[in-house]
Amino acid sequence: MKCGVVVFPGSNCDHDVYHVLKHSLGQDVHFLWHGDSSVRDCELVVLPGGFSYGDYLRAGAMAVHSPIMAAVRQLADNGGRVLGVCNGFQILLEAGMLGGAMRRNQSLRFECRDAFLRVERSDLPFTSGYRSGQVLRMPIAHAEGCYIDTEEALDKLEHNGRVVFRYVDSEGGAAEGEQAAKWNVNGSARAIAGVCNEAGNVLGMMPHPERCADKLFGNDDGLAVLASAVGVAADLEGVLA
Amino acid sequence: MSATRNEPPVDIDLAKAQGLAEDEYGQICDILGRVPTYTELGITSALWSEHCSYKSSKVYLREFPTEGEHVLQGPGENAGIVDIGDGWVAVFKMESHNHPSFIEPYQGAATGVGGILRDIFTMGARPVACLDALRFGDIDAPRMRYLIDGVVRGIGDYGNCVGIPTVGGETSFHSGYNENILVNAFALGLARRDRIFHARASGAGNPMLYAGSATGRDGIHGATMASEAFGSESESKRPTVQVGDPFAEKIVLEACLEVMRTDAAVAVQDMGAAGLTSSAFEMADRGGVGFRLNLDRVPLREPNLSPYEIMLSESQERMLLVAHRGRQEEVVKIFERWGLEVAEIGEITSDGRAQILAGGEEVASMPISPLAANAPMYRRPVAVPSDLAARQEPPEVPEPSDPGTVLERLLDTPELGCKSWIWRQYDHTVRTNTVIGPGGDAAVLVLKGSTGGLGLTSDVNPVYCSLDPATGGAQAVAEAVRNLACVGAKPVGLTDCLNFGNPENPEVSWQFREAVRGISAGCRAFDVPVISGNVSFYNETEGRSIPPTPTIAMVGVIADVRNLPAAHFTAVGDRVLLLGQDANEFGGSAYLRLLYGVEQGAPPKVDLEAESRLAGLLRFLVSDERIHTAHDLAEGGLGIALAEACVGGGLGVDLEIDCQPHQLFSETQARAIVAVAPNTAEQVMAEAEKRDVPVVDVGAVGGTALKLRCDGAVVNSEVEELHRIWSTALPRALEM
Amino acid sequence: MTVRARVTVYPRPEILDPQGKAIAGALGRLGFDRVLDVRAGKSFEIELAEGSGSVEEELGQISEKLLANTLIEDYSVELLESESA
Repeated sequence: MKCGVVVFPGSNCDHDVYHVLKHSLGQDVHFLWHGDSSVRDCELVVLPGGFSYGDYLRAGAMAVHSPIMAAVRQLADNGGRVLGVCNGFQILLEAGMLGGAMRRNQSLRFECRDAFLRVERSDLPFTSGYRSGQVLRMPIAHAEGCYIDTEEALDKLEHNGRVVFRYVDSEGGAAEGEQAAKWNVNGSARAIAGVCNEAGNVLGMMPHPERCADKLFGNDDGLAVLASAVGVAADLEGVLA
Repeated sequence: MSATRNEPPVDIDLAKAQGLAEDEYGQICDILGRVPTYTELGITSALWSEHCSYKSSKVYLREFPTEGEHVLQGPGENAGIVDIGDGWVAVFKMESHNHPSFIEPYQGAATGVGGILRDIFTMGARPVACLDALRFGDIDAPRMRYLIDGVVRGIGDYGNCVGIPTVGGETSFHSGYNENILVNAFALGLARRDRIFHARASGAGNPMLYAGSATGRDGIHGATMASEAFGSESESKRPTVQVGDPFAEKIVLEACLEVMRTDAAVAVQDMGAAGLTSSAFEMADRGGVGFRLNLDRVPLREPNLSPYEIMLSESQERMLLVAHRGRQEEVVKIFERWGLEVAEIGEITSDGRAQILAGGEEVASMPISPLAANAPMYRRPVAVPSDLAARQEPPEVPEPSDPGTVLERLLDTPELGCKSWIWRQYDHTVRTNTVIGPGGDAAVLVLKGSTGGLGLTSDVNPVYCSLDPATGGAQAVAEAVRNLACVGAKPVGLTDCLNFGNPENPEVSWQFREAVRGISAGCRAFDVPVISGNVSFYNETEGRSIPPTPTIAMVGVIADVRNLPAAHFTAVGDRVLLLGQDANEFGGSAYLRLLYGVEQGAPPKVDLEAESRLAGLLRFLVSDERIHTAHDLAEGGLGIALAEACVGGGLGVDLEIDCQPHQLFSETQARAIVAVAPNTAEQVMAEAEKRDVPVVDVGAVGGTALKLRCDGAVVNSEVEELHRIWSTALPRALEM
Repeated sequence: MTVRARVTVYPRPEILDPQGKAIAGALGRLGFDRVLDVRAGKSFEIELAEGSGSVEEELGQISEKLLANTLIEDYSVELLESESA
């Protein structure tokens, strides 16, 4: 599949996503410059993690106004696949493409560690390689990942099945009670880690699937997100490429 | 020369106020054949500051072995370079940012990271990893929680934003740093061997380009500040705080690497300490050329900066480039595409002089190489510290009534507790190369496209160094080698950050000389060259110096990073083997210091040959994939090493050890623990014996407790409880 | 009676303001050509109980001690209104 990875000034996970798509999954991958006004004929566009424009003002706020974003929006409207990871998720929120907003982590600190996620839906282009209810271990690395919205909007989000990943404990149980802060790593409302749009072709998530896509790092739980997105079976061996 | 500017008249008093000694002032007058202008005086005082000239350390630094089969660039450039095979080179260096971090911890630490990253990418290498070695005072000392929080946030916010993982480092606490904390930042970059870049200007007529952030009054005379001891008036020096802009750094980094791929640039250098002055003079001196600068073309952040201020500003995220005449447009286009300001501010000349113009007038005209060649160099008087003999008297070592309780008390200190509160605030997984991150003996990175990798570690024990700097220096090298060996890495080079007090104090000069001697001995024994480094003197407040702290950061190569052992126990039933032989050594030990407040005695002996044998054995066992666990013995001795190996994986052990209870905390060097599958234990022991490394099978991995029997005492501590104490010790002490 | 006040904290003019610089750049790209400079600061609304000492003095101390890092930031204090409890 022809894939594009957008490079905003300050993107820093662009090479990591590129690497997995190209070398682990053998796809035709291109970097897309934020100043371009077209995504060419890419069928999947990834907005990578990083600190676009330094995350100054609000994470993602300035990247939204890059020329490429109009093309990304159009791709999404036409049913193309758009994946936003970490800063990419924040940009999708600022762009109004997913609903909701990000606040600073509950700890008020940058958090870099593994989180446990439950796959809430496996019928999406990004999750078809998983079982519904499957528990994944995935690294997070962010300071502003506390997802919020109004109670009404959250109810609607849940009702429409748009919560794709949820922070859980290591056994897949709800991140609640005394240990809630340990598992719900940033304090997100309803422990939401990833959401999709109504049509299911746009996904935003805070954890980094590209950082756990190779057995070399002791964890390839994330490979299936990218593999599913490009329509490749995810049971590939982690490859050193 | 113009006299129309509103500048103070230059005389010996002004020179002294700017940090020049009387004979240094005489020297510059001789070189110029006249009294320097105000701008020239500022330039001289910066270039001849301790920070830029290494005038008190040069005579000793020459002792370091700096050459080796893998070394492509030794000290003297922005960073050193070693060949790591397959056409790749590793470019690395460590630098201090101690004084700025004490004044403004967040910005001080952040700009420290920024500076070291620029040193790496100016050599054409993409930075891929950072380490940070931090020394704080007692947590309860004034401002200390604020300093710790600020430094950690500063390092995190900067490195995280630029997207370079901080994969390791060390943090320790000692009252000797109450008034002078240390922030030592290390960065490593990778480049293709045939794409290395040097900061060597050449080609008369080639344009000099300024790129990056505009120039403000930030940090004017920062280099001079770093060369002075703190006194109460340091408060008033505060307006020189530099502010870091990691976003600007990230785009400067990308733009510079792109420029270097075009071959349109001749040389690139960061405007670091002493800003435009040191970058222009150093590039020109290395290339044996001159330059003409027009300061009117320098992008300014605020109006009315004087030539003096422009030449000495330490505004961050600025680069000076020399481009090939006729190709500067290519360079300009790249910087502009990244949204960066770029300006042609001068050109290279052939007369070997620095000619600086402002407002149509010449404000400086100085010969470059005489300034560098005649930089002052001192062999400062040395004296053995008067209290050294008394401090080296053998200490009394109390027998612990209950070694289990002692273990818990040690794990409950910020010194020996888990440091994850710090490194969780650093992105250590970005760039997806991190095979082993913070918290182990050494960090491990994979080299994408191969199965090979690099091991990285930073080490020093300042208490040992304070009791015997030569032994402490050698120990730091030996411990780094041992830590690398635990992940199978063979050292290829090291960089150092030598933090000391005031070199004008003969006892400090003695400490420095001895530490360098010890490090050099270590380097020779292990055949590890020093490829870059930094000296930070004047870590002193009102006459009180820090403990001598020669931080060593070492890099090693690993042939295959798959199946490396962990630093913790991983498999029930594994046999636990103790390598090395205890000699009951407690001088400068954590046991005496943390439990009894005693820093007494000679530090543990460093047997470089025994260390070599141990490291060779460990590397062999790792490469042969025979061991599941390898962990070195360091502060807190066997007891702490075992506890760390248990809590890391949540597994217990059941051991029988032939020693007195207090020996569990002895810090004899050249020791490690390994865990192996029961059916390979015999082979491993035979291999150790063959290599003349003492080895004993002390028991097995399993259960939920750290169980241990020695002469007349028993330890039986639940791992879960040890984990709770160890993992919360630091945040509890910080109250964060 | 309570007193409400606003404390505004800005980077000092001679100090680099990376955030303001980036925002100014973004505004320029959006076509707001008249924007010459942006300084990004913080604003705090503070409610205080009526007490014996001077409110302005206390707010000054609050700003110096916590809200502003006077190494790199300036602050200003503005009294908003007084309200009966």
